[in-house]
Amino acid sequence: MATDHAEEPTRRDFLYIATGAVGAVGAAALAWPFIDQLNPDASVLALASIEVDLSTIDEGGAVTVTWRGKPVFIRHRTEAEIEAAKTVDISELRDPQTDAERVKRPEWLVMLGICTHLGCVPLGEKGEYDGWFCPCHGSHYDTSGRIRKGPAPLNLEVPEYAFIEDNRIKIG
Amino acid sequence: MSGAPTFEPQSAPAKWLESRLPIMGLVHSSFVAFPTPKNLNYWWTFGGILMFCLITQIITGIILVMHFTPHVDFAFASVEHIMRDVNYGWLIRYIHANGASMFFIAVYIHMFRGLYYGSYKEPRELLWILGVVIYLLMMAAAFFGYVIVWGQMSFWGATVITNLFGAIPLIGDPLLSLLWGGFAVDNPTLNRFFSLHYLVPFLIFGVVILHIWALHVPGNNNPAGIDVKGEQDTVPFHPYYTAKDLFAIVVFMIFFAAFVFYMPNALGEPDNYIEANRLSTPEHIVPEWYLLPFYAILRSIPDKLLGVIAMGIAIFVLFIVPWLDTSKVRSARFRPLYKQFFWLFVADCLLLGYIGAKPAEGAYLLIGRFATAYYFIHFFVIMPILGLIETPKPLPESISKAVLDKKGGGGGASEGAAASADKSA
Ligand code: HEM
Ligand code: FES
Repeated sequence: MATDHAEEPTRRDFLYIATGAVGAVGAAALAWPFIDQLNPDASVLALASIEVDLSTIDEGGAVTVTWRGKPVFIRHRTEAEIEAAKTVDISELRDPQTDAERVKRPEWLVMLGICTHLGCVPLGEKGEYDGWFCPCHGSHYDTSGRIRKGPAPLNLEVPEYAFIEDNRIKIG
Repeated sequence: MSGAPTFEPQSAPAKWLESRLPIMGLVHSSFVAFPTPKNLNYWWTFGGILMFCLITQIITGIILVMHFTPHVDFAFASVEHIMRDVNYGWLIRYIHANGASMFFIAVYIHMFRGLYYGSYKEPRELLWILGVVIYLLMMAAAFFGYVIVWGQMSFWGATVITNLFGAIPLIGDPLLSLLWGGFAVDNPTLNRFFSLHYLVPFLIFGVVILHIWALHVPGNNNPAGIDVKGEQDTVPFHPYYTAKDLFAIVVFMIFFAAFVFYMPNALGEPDNYIEANRLSTPEHIVPEWYLLPFYAILRSIPDKLLGVIAMGIAIFVLFIVPWLDTSKVRSARFRPLYKQFFWLFVADCLLLGYIGAKPAEGAYLLIGRFATAYYFIHFFVIMPILGLIETPKPLPESISKAVLDKKGGGGGASEGAAASADKSA
């Protein structure tokens, strides 16, 4: 055997390897459609943005709308809540972010109502920081939706949105 | 195996078939003449019971599919339609839903049996590993089945479990949209879970065949945990164990029927009779009872990724049990220390199950953390060390000697056998 290995590769060896390589590339290329079909399809992606009228939400009130199949919390914050959110010492936060980085206008807090732990919907005006509390495994969020206590690693996510009128936003 | 009479077809059609496809001979040697240790106790009937459970799930499942609609707008209503309108639909669904729980009761007994009698040890490692594969597939099947009902627990259970994969660094997010087919659990998720729920039981069926094949190479382990020495230690599978297994299956069916007819929802969650609502999570979300110990482990770790890793290890550690246990003796009957730790471990699993059903706070959280730590200590510390420091009791010379001594002594199970083995030694 040892002497066999020392011999020059033959034309047949080359053909074997080349055939195998072409076959492997072909199999990989064919596998992709079978995997990619699992990804979000065109009809799911088409529902990508919504508009919400804010004029009906009084101070201290909140609504939950659905965007891309996910709940979005829109909260008209009170002065006290804004104050509480602003005066937090950033350095003691798990996911440091100022309140200003999380809002476009301080009275409107817009964020995904999805706990960053394992995806439950937190309950409003609950928890040790009077923001949100997730009942699933006990995550507490403050009045800016930042994670303060519990297993969740990140603040509630702020989606991409814009004020298209004074009292109207477009999410997505 | 040697000594087993081979199959001789008698009639002409049987001869015709057998010379072309020797299937009767295969069945004969596997389930009729197969030499089986003569000292197997009732813990060994759970293999047959599991086969019964699998067939029950497949038959009732195929019937349910005839009346079920896998779409977010209709799934929940179609399950109610099965319950109210379809002739005997309530019966078929209750058998299927409770059947999943019965399946897990049986598999847990079957697995603890293996842990007690050392059935995972050389030469049965692969047999054990195939069993763990079946267990994983069962968890997948039950999870998919629970989701497609599209109740509140279905939806939020699916959300929490799929989000576990989101904890994986880098590939977490793309993996999630691959699982969901969207931005959250939704219709595409329901559809693919339904497809997989139909598929997985047949995969289980395939692995069960491998499992039995791997069993029939070394043959059964037995309560004494010693090897079969010859024909005097065995009896043919039929009629001895076919009768014993059948009797056990009938007793199990009575237990099963008690749930189906008298407390069909005792093992379920009332919240799952509320249709899925993506805007509100139930106050208290819990998985089905058979997953609670792992859920408790997940929650006892206050970090998302580490919690997921701990839960994964808790399940996958089962694969390496054959190499974690260093003892030369199989059966806990002859391992005085392991026997005690075994029961401690059973208690720990039950405790984890209890904690998993409670809110993760205060004393529950603390107890859950200790129970989680002990779970890992059992596998990674106690199992390897015990085999090295424990002095086992003397083993009986042979299975038939153990059986005869036990008969003569009139009971006194393991101790009797061990003591007389002592005398004769
Ligand atoms: C390993 C075997 C199986 C297990 C452990 C299993 C488990 C489950 C579970 C836990 C449920 C939810 C029951 C409820 O709460 O209503 C379910 C539902 C369902 N399963 Fe299965 N299943 C198995 C095999 C099958 C098979 C083979 C099929 C079809 C061929 C099937 C079809 C269905 C359907 C249509 C439902 C929804 C209707 C219902 O709620 O009963 N299952 N399954
Ligand atoms: S999902 Fe919110 S704390 Fe776990």
